[in-house]
Amino acid sequence: MTDTPLIEIRDVSHTFHTESGPLPVLDNLSLSVADGGFCAVVGPSGCGKSTLTRLVAGLMKPDTGSVWLHGEQVRSPRATVGMAFQNPVLLEWRSILRNVLLPLEIVPTKLTRKQQEDRARHLLTLVGLDGFEDKKPSELSGGMRQRASLCRALIHQPEVLILDEPFGALDAFTREDLWQTMHQVKAQEPFTSLLITHDLREAIFLADQVVVLSGRPATSQYVMNVPSTGPRDLEALYTPDAADRLAILRHQIQVAQGRKPARREAAQ
Amino acid sequence: MSLQKIGVPLAAIVIFLILWELLVWANGWPNYKMASPSDLGPAFTRYWELFFIYGWQTLWRTVAGLLLAIIFGTGLGMTMGFSRTLRDGLYPLLVGFNAIPKATVVPIIALMFVGAHDFNTVLIAFMISFFPIAVSVSIGLSTLEPEYRDILRSLGASNLTIFWKIALPKTLPEFFGALKIAVTLAFIGTNLMEIVSPHGRGLGALFDSGKTNSDYPLMFAVLIALAVLGIILYYIVVVLEKIFAGWAERSPS
Repeated sequence: MTDTPLIEIRDVSHTFHTESGPLPVLDNLSLSVADGGFCAVVGPSGCGKSTLTRLVAGLMKPDTGSVWLHGEQVRSPRATVGMAFQNPVLLEWRSILRNVLLPLEIVPTKLTRKQQEDRARHLLTLVGLDGFEDKKPSELSGGMRQRASLCRALIHQPEVLILDEPFGALDAFTREDLWQTMHQVKAQEPFTSLLITHDLREAIFLADQVVVLSGRPATSQYVMNVPSTGPRDLEALYTPDAADRLAILRHQIQVAQGRKPARREAAQ
Repeated sequence: MSLQKIGVPLAAIVIFLILWELLVWANGWPNYKMASPSDLGPAFTRYWELFFIYGWQTLWRTVAGLLLAIIFGTGLGMTMGFSRTLRDGLYPLLVGFNAIPKATVVPIIALMFVGAHDFNTVLIAFMISFFPIAVSVSIGLSTLEPEYRDILRSLGASNLTIFWKIALPKTLPEFFGALKIAVTLAFIGTNLMEIVSPHGRGLGALFDSGKTNSDYPLMFAVLIALAVLGIILYYIVVVLEKIFAGWAERSPS
């Protein structure tokens, strides 16, 4: 880990101009994630979390403020970013292997065809999809598609992995499986991650830093550091420590929703 | 190819012909009221040469019109699919154009390009069949989920790359659905022109001459020949669809 954060968002404000008038979504939001860090962003629905991912990916420019990756200001999309969404958006006409290889058709790569395929197979094995390389996406379950989508996001060895509620549409058990898969992948692949989620348990299980956004227009309301102990066991979610953290986060979300007044929180 | 795929449709055709024959026989209709399948054989054998020559003329002009419709319809659909402004602007025009019965356009075109028979016929086949293609391509492109675009855009892909890698293949099932409709429409267009415009070419003209000579079995024989050509063209599209968009068909399991 180096001292300069890998992802840095500085005083970003953004307003959408809709037919019913201006809609401010982000208000002086700042956030930074260390190299190799895993940051989860939680917040009320519609508070601008997805806008945040689009800013980091360079798909949008903020009205004011700036986004920096690895000390360089983000002005346009860059090949060092990988993305996965709630909708796995696999290409139905391609095999799983060819879906995973898609980014390498866009991003310049030094790998030979053979090396590319080897890497894709390696990633698929890592997420438990070995033997499914030649299947079509329609032959896979929702959880398996999401695993394939994760491999596609990682194939070009991105520095930054942006996950926009990737497990949101899955059932609880599949989701927990995928959390553990995430830890296994993280142990092998050197990426820095920004995860958008609605699930507080997911946030504290996966991330070493949880940022709670306020209601729209969103700003960083609360930051919690979760001690990083490498891959975690699901049991870790049922300890008194985890219960405390969840309680604090839940309270912060309710504050963000405007349901509870902000009060000083003793824990942390 | 199984018995299911070939045998069942064949049996259905045979049953249809038998019912037709029985209907005419039971009512005691003379062949100028309604020809029966047994009248068709002699009509075909007497004019088989004409059926081949005219059938070919109808076929190539239909296919030419259809190819034009594919090129123009896809182009128009792409423009409307990518630009909201153009879509809003062109849609009412397109719907209005499509609403005009093409039978009314046929005499106008025939007068406009008098003597250019092949051109006239291809033009009508084209005009009648490009609409479904344009609409389906534009809908296919405009309903592309933004995440598909973002996946490639976030890697720095150009719009053209996104079109070739994602938008185009993803639109193919809709495109082929529209093409199946367009095939039949183009066929109708060709025959409209052949029947209305007196230039003595194509199956439409053969039908017209059957009418003038009160040769009713010939008229029915032409209808059957048209149906056969229609089936052939349709299944060519089905085969192409299987090749290029077969992935969209889920296995029945």
